[in-house]
Amino acid sequence: MANTNTAVILCPKPQSTHHTPTQALTCPAYQATAVGLIDLPHCYQERQPQRMDIVLNLVARLGRATLALIRAAGSLALFALEGLSHIVRPPFYGRVFFGAFMETGFFSLPVVALTALFSGGVIALQSYTGFAQYHVQNAIAGIVVLAVTRELGPVLAGLMVAGRVGAAMAAQIGTMRVTDQVDALTTLSTNPMKYLVAPRLLAGLIALPLLVLIADVLGVAGGFTVCVMKLGFSPHAYIVSTLNSLKAIDVTVGLVKAALFGFLIALMGCYYGYNSKGGAEGVGSATTAAVVVASILLLAFDYLLTDLFFSQ
Amino acid sequence: MTDTRPPKIRIRDLHKSFGAKKVLDGITLDVPQGTSFVIIGGSGSGKSVLLRCILGLIVPDSGSIEIDGENILTASTKRREALRSEIGMLFQNGALFDSLPVWENVTFGLLARKRLKRSDARTHAGTILAQVGLDPSVGELYPSELSGGMQKRVGLARAIAATPDILFFDEPTTGLDPIMGAVIDGLIVDCVKKLGSTAIAITHDMASAQRIGDEAAMLYKGRLIWQGPATSLMNSGNPMVDQFTHGRREGPIGMELRK
Repeated sequence: MANTNTAVILCPKPQSTHHTPTQALTCPAYQATAVGLIDLPHCYQERQPQRMDIVLNLVARLGRATLALIRAAGSLALFALEGLSHIVRPPFYGRVFFGAFMETGFFSLPVVALTALFSGGVIALQSYTGFAQYHVQNAIAGIVVLAVTRELGPVLAGLMVAGRVGAAMAAQIGTMRVTDQVDALTTLSTNPMKYLVAPRLLAGLIALPLLVLIADVLGVAGGFTVCVMKLGFSPHAYIVSTLNSLKAIDVTVGLVKAALFGFLIALMGCYYGYNSKGGAEGVGSATTAAVVVASILLLAFDYLLTDLFFSQ
Repeated sequence: MTDTRPPKIRIRDLHKSFGAKKVLDGITLDVPQGTSFVIIGGSGSGKSVLLRCILGLIVPDSGSIEIDGENILTASTKRREALRSEIGMLFQNGALFDSLPVWENVTFGLLARKRLKRSDARTHAGTILAQVGLDPSVGELYPSELSGGMQKRVGLARAIAATPDILFFDEPTTGLDPIMGAVIDGLIVDCVKKLGSTAIAITHDMASAQRIGDEAAMLYKGRLIWQGPATSLMNSGNPMVDQFTHGRREGPIGMELRK
């Protein structure tokens, strides 16, 4: 039972006497338990649980969680900065970048394209049911192009890529970590941050805007297809109406969002993969965390950027 | 001791803890130039951590590590990278890059240091693979297509490719059958001799320790408890070493496994 590595802080009070709750709080042995330094000292075991304990435990737990959150945010920020700094400092690993770019951009095309097509179509269909009541069907083309370029393109493409690519990055780097491949890189004169992380961050940053550009076109095409084939709109009128509502600022902000999302997705994949430990289970939870945290951050930043650019 | 040259690796009072767990508790060790040094010890005795400290993968809490008289812990990042590039490491499970073919694995360090052109890498990998007894055609395969013994050989080829001054072997024979273990040991001895390198191997395979080692030391609970010639491992006179090398259940090293 006696752990040799744990410092034992003994309660100065004789075993026979009991602490009152206030005395217990000032006892060094009790304080040590409160900050988790030692296992239950005798004074804590002797003492009957007091009502204060519940409150104190709650406060301690809250404090610990807050500290852990701040620590995680700090280490993530440092990780991001180091990764970014390696993007601009040679040597550059073009081959790794190309691989990551193809994986993030090119091979995500089918998924993103289908998502954009269907969501553009759905927007057209849904707004028709509402707009037909007020006989403003002409506004549908404008609604579709606005929704797709501002929100649906970047957000849906981002979420799809987070599930596809963020997970793959976390799994790949995580496996390399737990099988010592990351350390092996270091012993072979290669900085793992530069070799593994920087190319992926850059790939995310560049590939997502390109994907979103395609998603924008296909989203509008989805709306067009539904309106013309199903709702009997005139193709010519729909295209004219679309072009009239198409604004450069909408597309641009959508692409800025996409670049940020791409960076976030790659960052989360790399961060959780790079810091994973504990074999297959560790890699699994790293993958889950990468996708979940990337998706949440993506939506949060989407709100912030929308608020920044469009709220007047 | 008449040798006046400074030791290749000099470690002084090295400490490292993970949380409350002391892993290295004051290691002091000299590895002379050209010696093959074997460190034995049970699982969790700090062997791997010691190697990782010398490699710079783990930063120790206190103490000093000198390579050729230069303290790597206080050296600049650039200098440390230069010193590190003189160390070749064979990892326990090979740690081959599974996304790259064998030839690219073997020449990875050379390509990273621009000591080799990419167009020449395939043929060069072939000659290094031949040194570890593998056919050059293996270069076209991926690590996942290789058997355990072949992976170890490729790992060895990768470690020696840059002709390093110092070679580290982390449990080189673990997970191999006895014959393949002997083959790998033979290759290690050959490579170390051919390169004239200083080598440190950590192992708990006694046969392997005697085959590759000149000098040996035993690590127990983060301390070096014994040091002597590798030939005397089986009759060291130290009760703890005796218990370990003969694999006895009873002895001074208690059953602390079930805490």
